[in-house]
Amino acid sequence: MPLRNEKVEPPSDDKRWRIVQATMQRNGFERDGLIETLHTVQESFGYLDDDSLRYVAASLNAPLSQVYGVSTFYHLFSLKPAGRHACVVCLGTACYIKGMPALLKEIEKRYGIKAGETTADGHLSLLTARCLGACGLAPVAVFDGNIAGKLDMAEALNRLQEMTTVATEVESVREA
Amino acid sequence: MKRPFKTRVKTLTIDGMAVGAREDETILELAQANGIFIPTLCHLEGVHDIGACRLCLVEIKGTSKLLPACMTYAEEGMEVITDSERLLTYRRQVLDLLFSERNHVCAVCVSNGHCELQWLAEKLGISHVGVPYLYPQLAVDASHSFYVLDHNRCILCTRCVRVCDEIEGAHTWDVMGRGVECRVISDLNQPWGTADSCTRCGKCVQVCPTGALFSKGKAVAEMTKKREFLPYLQLMREGRK
Amino acid sequence: MYERLEEITLAEQEVAERYDHTVNVCMAAGCMSSQSGAIKEAIDKEVEANGLERWCRVRGVGCMGLCAHGPLVAVDNGKPAETMYQYVTPEDAPAIVGSLDTAPVERLRCPTDVPFFQRQHKIVLENSGLIDPERIEEYIAADGYTALIKAITEMSPAEVIDEIITSGLRGRGGGGYPTGLKWTTVAKSDGETKYVICNADEGDPGAFMDRSVLESDPHRILEGMAIAGYAIGASQGYIYVRGEYPLAVARLKTAIRQARRVNMLGSGIAGTPFAFHIDIRLGAGAFVCGEETALIASIEGRRGQPRPRPPYPAEYGLWGQPTLINNVETLASVAPIIRNGGAWYAGMGTAKSKGTKVFALAGSINNTGLIEVPMGTSLREIIYEIGGGVSGGGKCKAIQTGGPSGGCIPADFLDTPVDYESLSALGSIMGSGGMIVMDETASMVDVARFFMEFCMTESCGRCVPCRVGTVHMHNLLDKFSRKEATPHDLVLLEKLCDMVRNTSLCGLGQTAPNPVMSTLRYFRHEYMAAITEEAADLFVLDPALSVSRNGATQRAPKLEVAS
Repeated sequence: MPLRNEKVEPPSDDKRWRIVQATMQRNGFERDGLIETLHTVQESFGYLDDDSLRYVAASLNAPLSQVYGVSTFYHLFSLKPAGRHACVVCLGTACYIKGMPALLKEIEKRYGIKAGETTADGHLSLLTARCLGACGLAPVAVFDGNIAGKLDMAEALNRLQEMTTVATEVESVREA
Repeated sequence: MKRPFKTRVKTLTIDGMAVGAREDETILELAQANGIFIPTLCHLEGVHDIGACRLCLVEIKGTSKLLPACMTYAEEGMEVITDSERLLTYRRQVLDLLFSERNHVCAVCVSNGHCELQWLAEKLGISHVGVPYLYPQLAVDASHSFYVLDHNRCILCTRCVRVCDEIEGAHTWDVMGRGVECRVISDLNQPWGTADSCTRCGKCVQVCPTGALFSKGKAVAEMTKKREFLPYLQLMREGRK
Repeated sequence: MYERLEEITLAEQEVAERYDHTVNVCMAAGCMSSQSGAIKEAIDKEVEANGLERWCRVRGVGCMGLCAHGPLVAVDNGKPAETMYQYVTPEDAPAIVGSLDTAPVERLRCPTDVPFFQRQHKIVLENSGLIDPERIEEYIAADGYTALIKAITEMSPAEVIDEIITSGLRGRGGGGYPTGLKWTTVAKSDGETKYVICNADEGDPGAFMDRSVLESDPHRILEGMAIAGYAIGASQGYIYVRGEYPLAVARLKTAIRQARRVNMLGSGIAGTPFAFHIDIRLGAGAFVCGEETALIASIEGRRGQPRPRPPYPAEYGLWGQPTLINNVETLASVAPIIRNGGAWYAGMGTAKSKGTKVFALAGSINNTGLIEVPMGTSLREIIYEIGGGVSGGGKCKAIQTGGPSGGCIPADFLDTPVDYESLSALGSIMGSGGMIVMDETASMVDVARFFMEFCMTESCGRCVPCRVGTVHMHNLLDKFSRKEATPHDLVLLEKLCDMVRNTSLCGLGQTAPNPVMSTLRYFRHEYMAAITEEAADLFVLDPALSVSRNGATQRAPKLEVAS
């Protein structure tokens, strides 16, 4: 168990930890900065693993269980690495009414994963959002950071196809 | 989160009985001092209140909302009702919901006969549960050398979390997730036996109202809990100041 | 007027006069998701290619409202937003730039003489779509920060609060609590330090007003917060904004930096002793954090779980200090009220609901987008005139307001004036302003189930009724939506609605049954139709619960006249 100190060593010499340290410093290494810090870890590393949670807890003198409790309370934090590509489906009221449930079901069927899961090959994470606030364009989904509105089944599957094919190509180049 | 009160005496009525109260007394404390029974589950003398179980809700004349007795302070002229038919109905429903949420099988529980949930159900005359059981699949954590955590019996009152944080100072326990997915966890959601922060003091086990936390080796109905340490610790701490 | 602002305004006007044409491209999230960034680039290039840089400027502006027709581009040749183009693509750039000196491109034209634009009354959105949200100079040139200067140099804090009281402004987050009263309470509370929090955790699915205001006119929020800080005696403010709104966060950050630079934030604002700082706190995906006490817990870095009130945040808030929490739209209304006087604001709206309200129109409606109308405008006017009617030629069945805390208002009540009291008399609430139109194809049971699922997954898990009650209600509604329900399920559902509403700890649980109760009230027959024949027949045998299936189907919803 690490003891009180701001000079807790990061889990590795990865440079991204400096960004995390800067966030904690900005908040005076106080527990109040926990959520801000977790945001930074997630932005830098893509997810929160046990090592990073232990490091953050030790640096902020926060109990491990509290850090874990906070990490699992908020939906934006993920404790598992995300797939190389992400599709975020909006489940807001407008999207719901405009047929998103059927669309989501089809995507789930096609890729054999449930919302919130990542395909076994790590290519695609299928996520849901409460509301992306683009209700004017319902139904809406985000494909690797690009919002697409007024989606229909063909368009959505097309986009997913494109995303995952590109992934496979990159993969084969890397392997070759 | 006690507010800085000056001690002035307030007069109010509880179920028609005129009572005098200090300004820093809650309705619950006042009722208990005057022999009026208000059911509670999350309340634990000696740690801060959270008003979560909703069993101690009372009616206050002039307010449409029901207020938790454990966190409502006495005020001049208050007319408090603790035992209306409406309140009793809601209390029974709260217990219904608790029984349905996890797997409370009294007949095979170590706390059978010493369980606060069971005792309240009898006291409030619950003969059957009015909502369907949810039957979640839950684990039992027996990794600790002295104690066992059985999620099937947990009602998420968070007494263990608060006593560990506020009295023992270890904060081994907390709650993860949200909604019905909430679970009590130790450290990084790891087996209790591997949680370095645990001092093995057992305070959490003693304050647990049900058979969710118990000593290893206890058979059905054998687990009795000893709470004397809490008022004792409180007195000792006050004496030191 | 403060000299610095005057200088900036003059410089801006000079710049504006140098150009014959201004092309405004919408850069709010809606249009940006359909490539408005690329459109702006294409127009920029086109202007450059034709050597028009000295005569024509291209700006990114905030939301123009009609999101359904996006991406939108507006061209002014002197008057603002003279010509508006809809469904623009990057390929249209040459046509738009080529027509600057001649007649507009007809095939892209979006008519602006329609009720959607004519019937609105913009106060909160007065700058949206007209200024570049990333330049403080444009905000200042549009009278920005003059209200703050007026407040801190000419008015006492009490006078500022009086002005807000006179305006009759009420909380726009949904509760409708009088803003002036809230400010008074915080001002009177004892505390060494006080805080102002802007609640930008817009979580209602189907509502995007706050996002739009933050993206289109962020300085308006900063100004409102600073005025509030002056009025209640706070020098620190926080904006708690959803993590799902990266664009809004980026623009707020830019705005704060710019405001500090011209000394509209920071210490010694405009040469007075008044100091005010603003920091941003990011939400992380928890609807319940819109609740005041949960929001505070979240800013303090904890799980966003509410605690019982009292004590209210006005007395015991952030870090135990008196704290003023106002919603984005409420704060956005502050500057115009101080600038024009409370009486001016109170001149709009109805007896008890003053001013204007921003609504996000979505669902089965032609003109999905953002509108601002005076309080008391009827639903019919909003849906059929401004909103352009139901899409796909369908018939309006119900209007959902207030999101998961609100209800479904049947089409019979289209003539209801929209204000706090009328909507709650109908069993719904004003809410934050999401308005979802549903046509005849929508199943009310499904809608209720959708919202209950929302509340179930968003419940923080602290209190028993909300944590477990929402699960049971959801399971029951699921049975109804699969058409496998029994009459007993209906009885149980109603019991649970009553219990969860009255015993939950915070607003989330207390209002979670609202969508069910309002659909049960007006569309009970849809629930009855989901009860299986066998179950219904068995049920009739039980005289204690004598609601026969047929009997209840015929029961018409009780019509209550709302004036």
